[in-house]
Amino acid sequence: MTDWRPALSRSAMLRHCPVRQAELLIVPERIVVLNDEAAEIVGLCDGKRTVAEIVAEFPVEAGEDVTEFLDRVHAEGWLQ
Amino acid sequence: MTQPSSHAVAPPWAMLAELTHGCPLRCPYCSNPTELVARAAELDTGEWARVFEEAAALGVVHAHLSGGEPLLRRDLVEIVGAARGAGVFTQLVTSGVGLAGRRVAELVEAGLHSVQLSVQAAEPAESDRIAGRRSFMAKELAAAAVVEAGLPLGVNVVLHRHNLDRIEDLIELGIAWGAERIELANTQFYGWGLLNREALLPTREQLSRAESIVTKYREKTGVELIWVIPDYFDGVPKPCMGGWGAISITVAPDGRVLPCPAAYDLPLDLPNVREHALSWIWEHSAAFNAYRGTAWMAEPCASCPRKELDFGGCRCQTYALTGDAAKTDPACGLSPDHHLITRLSARESVKEKPFVYRELKRPPSVVDP
Ligand code: SF4
Ligand code: SF4
Repeated sequence: MTDWRPALSRSAMLRHCPVRQAELLIVPERIVVLNDEAAEIVGLCDGKRTVAEIVAEFPVEAGEDVTEFLDRVHAEGWLQ
Repeated sequence: MTQPSSHAVAPPWAMLAELTHGCPLRCPYCSNPTELVARAAELDTGEWARVFEEAAALGVVHAHLSGGEPLLRRDLVEIVGAARGAGVFTQLVTSGVGLAGRRVAELVEAGLHSVQLSVQAAEPAESDRIAGRRSFMAKELAAAAVVEAGLPLGVNVVLHRHNLDRIEDLIELGIAWGAERIELANTQFYGWGLLNREALLPTREQLSRAESIVTKYREKTGVELIWVIPDYFDGVPKPCMGGWGAISITVAPDGRVLPCPAAYDLPLDLPNVREHALSWIWEHSAAFNAYRGTAWMAEPCASCPRKELDFGGCRCQTYALTGDAAKTDPACGLSPDHHLITRLSARESVKEKPFVYRELKRPPSVVDP
């Protein structure tokens, strides 16, 4: 998993919703409202950065939370 | 400063666009109204493009492009493009008939995000019998084309007494076809489903066996299994899709706008996108405000702690069974009309009862509940 370069899966769309002033992750049967940090993490999943590089964008103490979040979203099938 | 009144209503998230009621299949449980909209009355390409722009501006981020069979619209690629252009996530809801290779590629190119394919049974001849037309082969090809194009595939099955006993085959089929999600939805009894209730109603044993098989499969497959329970055996009503006028908008082929795809038969004055802005319809029309929130409720719902959870159940089923849409859903054990539902589900269904296949003209034989 160390060389995993997370990217949004084909079934997911990340977008800003101007009506609600919120970042949304939209998948075939669900809409997930992301908090600021989650939106930032997903925004970095461009298929080029490795997990380590994404984690490095956040304060050291947040590192574990970031990898945990990535794994969770991956398990949902929204990241590939 | 007081908020302008338009902000009092939270914006909708999703839209069901019934692009046409035309369909090559004739499923006896079709969720379309028994009075189908004629093709000549359909909104044109430009009108649909405007609807998607208005919907997006209102807050809609997710759309099901449905029907009938949306592939019958020759301008489907343009419609997908318009939705995509407005920033709306699109899922095609299709029978698979007419989704050959080139069509998929064009739709992907236009920005389609996902496909939900319906299948009637796992066995080809049985699937064709239920659909009222040869179509299984086309579905198999459609599934392959969608997967090949890299789009996420969902498989949807409406369940009833004729296919519940082979639910494991249906799940295996979905997995073999490459589905990411298999939706197993038990038939609801209004519209065409009510006309065919006697032929479709499963037994309690069929349902509990099927449910335990779904639970078993959840442990051994990564494919998401969605099991939509029926509401007629347990005295617990199904929540009305997050509340009336709370989450979703349905637009009919002729531009009428409904709070729910089953609401065609309710005694509501349905607003139309040809006459009103979608924002006015959502916020101010009588149809969308009729059962919004909880203030319209009578007892026993009015003082029930569950009223914010199930919103008093389904308005459409309540109207179909009691003639008064504002009552408590008879599916609820606390409803004074609960006997209507228990009587429906207790009456032996008739195995040999022929299907009333979906047809453009309403068939004369109406089942009396
Ligand atoms: S339920 Fe069957 S008949 Fe109705 S629209 Fe879907 S495929 Fe067509
Ligand atoms: S009484 Fe009304 S609110 Fe309470 S459970 Fe029944 S349907 Fe739901």
